[in-house]
Amino acid sequence: MQWEVVIGLEIHVQLSTKSKIFSGASTAYGAEPNTQACTVDLGLPGVLPVFNGEALNKSVMFGLAVGAQINERSVFDRKNYFYPDSPKAYQISQLYYPIVGEGHIDIDLEDGSQKRIGVTRAHMEEDAGKSLHENFQNQTGIDLNRAGTPLLEIVSEPDMRSAKEAVAYMRKIHSIVRYLGISDGNMQEGSFRCDANVSLRPKGQEEFGTRAELKNINSFRFVEKAINVEIERQMEILEEGGSVTQETRLYDAEKNETRSMRSKEEANDYRYFPDPDLLPIVISAEEIEAIRKTLPELPEAKCTRFMEELGLPEKDAKALTVDRDMADYYEQVQQSIDDAKMAANWLLGDISALNNKKGLEFKDCPVSAEQLIGLLKRIKDNTISGKIAKDIYLAMFEGEGDADAIIDKKGLKQITDTGAIEAIIDEVIVNNPGQVAEFQSGKDKLIGFFVGQVMKASKGKANPGQVNQLLMQKLKK
Amino acid sequence: MMHNKTITELSAGLEAGEFSSVELTQTYLDRIKLLDKQLNSFITMTPELALEQAKNADAQRAAGNVGLLNGIPLAQKDIFCTKGVKTSCGSKMLEPFISPYDATTISQFNESGAVMLGKTNMDEFAMGSSNETSWYGTVKNPWNTDAVPGGSSGGSAAVVAARLAAASTGTDTGGSIRQPASFCGITGLKPTYGRVSRYGMIAFASSLDQAGPMTRTAEDAALMLNVMAGHDLRDSTSVDVAVPDYRADLNESVEGLKIGLPKEFFSEGLNDGVAKVIESAVKEYEKMGAIIKEISLPTSKLAVPTYYIIAPSECSSNLSRMDGVRFGHRCEDPKDLSDLYIRSRGEGFGPEVKRRILVGTYALSEGFYDAYYVKAQKTRRLISNDFNQAFDEVDVIMGPAAPSTAFNIGELTDDPITMYLSDIYTIAVNLAGLPGMSIPAGFSNDMPVGLQLIGKHFAEAKLLNVAHQFQKETDWHLKAPTAFK
Repeated sequence: MQWEVVIGLEIHVQLSTKSKIFSGASTAYGAEPNTQACTVDLGLPGVLPVFNGEALNKSVMFGLAVGAQINERSVFDRKNYFYPDSPKAYQISQLYYPIVGEGHIDIDLEDGSQKRIGVTRAHMEEDAGKSLHENFQNQTGIDLNRAGTPLLEIVSEPDMRSAKEAVAYMRKIHSIVRYLGISDGNMQEGSFRCDANVSLRPKGQEEFGTRAELKNINSFRFVEKAINVEIERQMEILEEGGSVTQETRLYDAEKNETRSMRSKEEANDYRYFPDPDLLPIVISAEEIEAIRKTLPELPEAKCTRFMEELGLPEKDAKALTVDRDMADYYEQVQQSIDDAKMAANWLLGDISALNNKKGLEFKDCPVSAEQLIGLLKRIKDNTISGKIAKDIYLAMFEGEGDADAIIDKKGLKQITDTGAIEAIIDEVIVNNPGQVAEFQSGKDKLIGFFVGQVMKASKGKANPGQVNQLLMQKLKK
Repeated sequence: MMHNKTITELSAGLEAGEFSSVELTQTYLDRIKLLDKQLNSFITMTPELALEQAKNADAQRAAGNVGLLNGIPLAQKDIFCTKGVKTSCGSKMLEPFISPYDATTISQFNESGAVMLGKTNMDEFAMGSSNETSWYGTVKNPWNTDAVPGGSSGGSAAVVAARLAAASTGTDTGGSIRQPASFCGITGLKPTYGRVSRYGMIAFASSLDQAGPMTRTAEDAALMLNVMAGHDLRDSTSVDVAVPDYRADLNESVEGLKIGLPKEFFSEGLNDGVAKVIESAVKEYEKMGAIIKEISLPTSKLAVPTYYIIAPSECSSNLSRMDGVRFGHRCEDPKDLSDLYIRSRGEGFGPEVKRRILVGTYALSEGFYDAYYVKAQKTRRLISNDFNQAFDEVDVIMGPAAPSTAFNIGELTDDPITMYLSDIYTIAVNLAGLPGMSIPAGFSNDMPVGLQLIGKHFAEAKLLNVAHQFQKETDWHLKAPTAFK
C-alpha cells in the first residue's frame, strides 16, 4: 500500500528575556546549579508569580511575523503534574486562551516550489528545571536555574508530509525567531527544541492515522533522522496489518531508534485551570501596532529586496537571508565594497565552506565584516589577486590579523608592473617551446597552461588580468 | 491592667511613658505562659525575638521615629511566612519549614514597629471551621474551653479574646476571620480581595484568600488595616487603589445609613438565640437613625456548593508543591520517586486536607472540569451580581456571621457537611470579593454572637465607621471571658 506521512511539530523557543517569566532571577545559561533560582522559582510556600512583560512583547512579535491573530486577552493556566524539576508541581502555561492564534509560514521544498504550513497557535509558558542523574549516588540532583525561563511553544498544523518538510519548517521558524531577536535559538543549550507528532495514513484517506509523539529533539539533523526511523517503524507495523499505539516516544540518537516513553493510558491528566495568581494578559490593538512597528525586515522581504535592488539570483538571495547574522554581515560588506556579486560569492563560497568544515554557526565566524571588507578592497584595487585573497582569508580566520598586515608581513602584494610580468612571461616562453608551437598552431586551450606557469613563477602574485593580456600579445606574435 | 487596653490605649500609654514596649511585651509573654496551656492558641512562641523587637521599638520611640504600631505586641497567624521562624500553617507537612523570607504582611508590621509574640494555631492549611484540623491540637474557646474557637483563624481569635496579645492577624477564605471572631466575641475584618497582599501568605484558595486584622475594637482594626493595606508588586492580584486613613471616618454618623437585611440570612438553619441577638443589634442601628430594608440575595444558597468546588480545586493545585522534595516533611527512606511523593504527602497531610485535595482533583479532572469548575465560576458570577444589585439599594448589608454560637469540640468532626454550613453566611462574601466584618453583638447561652457587616468593594472605611458607631453605643466588645480578665 502507498502510505502518506503526516507530521505536526511543537517547537519550544526560549525567549531571550533577561529575567524569568514570573520572577526576577536571571535566565543566563550555564551558572552553578540553583544559583539562579529565587524563592519564586523554588516554589516555596506563599510565593506568587509576577508576569514579565518582555515575554509578551517577544511573543507578539512572533505572532505578527507569521501573520497570526494576536489575542488581545490571553490567560495563564496551570498544568498540574508531579515531577521533581517542576517545583510547584504545576507549569504555568496557556491552554484555553493563547497569546498567538492562527498564522502560517511558507517553506521551500527541494524542487524549488513553496508550501504553506499552518501555525495553529503559540503560547507562553515557563520552562522546567533539570534533573541531574550523574554524580549523585542512587539519588537525583535538581537544578532549578532553568525553571521559569520563558518559553514560546509554537504548534503547527499537521501539514508536513516528510521529514525534509519538517526540517524545512523548523529551520524557517528558527530563522524567524533569530531575525526577530526574540531567542538566541541555541539548540545545544536547549533554547530551541522540538516535539514531532508523526502518523501514517493510506494515500488518499482523509482521516488521520494514530500518531506517536517524539519528544525533545534538539537538532535539525536528529529531527530528520528521528522522524524517518519513526516512519519506518510505523510503516512496518501497518504493512504487517498491525496498528500503531498512541504514545510518547523518545529518540535515541546513538542507536538511531525511537522507544516508548509512556502510552496514552499512562498519560497525565493535567487538570488545567486558569491560574488564580495571575490576571488575564490584556494587550490593546494600539499596543500591538506599536510592536508591529518594531519588527525588523524578515527573511522573505530581505530576500526579495536583495534580488530587486542588488540583482542577486534568487538562489543566492535566499541563501544569504536564512540566517540573520549572515544577512546583516553581507549587507555591511556589500555596502562598503559596492559589489553585491563579489560579496555574495565570498560569503556563500569560501566563508560558508570553511565555517561548515569547522562546524561553526555563522555568528561564531572569527573573521569580522570589517576584516572581510579590508580584504575585498585589496582585490578591487588590484593589490592582491583573488587567489591570494583566499590564503589571506585563511590567515585572518586563524587570527593572524587584518588583510593589510598579512599582505605586508608575507609580501603578498600583487605584481602589476608590466615589465616584471613580461620578464616572467619571456622566461616561461623560453622554457616551453613545444607548448608555444602547439598554441601557435591553433590549440587555444593551452593559454590556461601558460597562465598557470606564469602565476606559479610569480608565486601567485602577478595580476592575472595583466598576465592574460600580455601572454596573448607575446604568444600571438 | 495593661492587657485589657486596646491598641489605641496602649499606644497612648507608650507615648506618655507609662510603660515601655519591653514591659508591655513581657506582660503578654507572662500571660501567655500562664494561660495558654488552657487554650493552645500558639504553635510557636518567639519570646526572644519579641523582646528584641520591643527593645528596638522603645529605642525608635526615644529617637522620635514612631511607626503606626510602635511597640504593640501582636500575634501572627502561622500562615504568614516569617523569616527565620517556623511557618507550619497548622500542618505536619510544614513542621520542619523555617521560612527564608518574610510575607509582605510581616514586613509591613515590622516596619510599623510592631512586636511579634508568636505564631498562632490554625486549622491545617486554613481548611476548617473549628480549629480541630490543626496538627498542633485543637484551640479552645476562652469563653468555654469545651467549645471550639471557630476556624481557621481560631488561634488568632482566642488570643485576642483571652487578652494574650493586643491584636492578631487572620486570613479568610470562606469565613476564617469572621466566624472565629463571632465565636470568640472579637472584631474581625476581611478586606476586599486584593486590598492586602497575599505574598508570603501560604495559599489555600488563591482567588478567595484575604488577610485581615482581628482586634478588640473597630478602631484597632482600622489602625491595623492602615498597616496591612496596599498595592504589592509581588502580588499580581493586589489592587492599586489608594489606601485611605481608615480611622478618618470612624466618627461619621450612621444617620440615614441604608442597611440591607438579606431575608435568606434569617431563614431556616439560623439558631434562634443568634437571631435574637442580631435583631436587637439591628434595632440599635435603627435607634441611631439608620434605615433598615429587607433585601434578597436569591443565589446565596448556591454559595456553599460553589465554594466547595472552587476552593478545593485551587487548593489541590496550591498544595501540590508540598511534595517532600525541597522543603517540609519527607518520608523516611523513600524507595523511589513515587514512594517519596505518596508517603511524604500521605504522612504530612491530615484527613480534612486530603479530603479537599481529592475533591478538587476530581473537580478539575478531564471530563468533569466543565460540569464542576466552569459551572462554579458561572454561579460565582451570579452570586457577585446579586450583591451588586443589592448595593444599588443599600450601603451596608447586615446579618449573622455564623448560624450558631461556638459548638463543642468534637461535636461536628464526623459531620463535614454541617461543619461546612457553619460558613453559610460568610462564604458568599469571599466569592464576591467583598469586605466583611464580624463585631460582638451580644450573647446567646453565655457564648458570644457576631454581627456581620458586608460592604461594597473597597468600602472598608465605611464598614469600620459603621462598626465603630455600634461600639460607641454598646459594650459587647469590652466583655472579657471570666478566666482571662
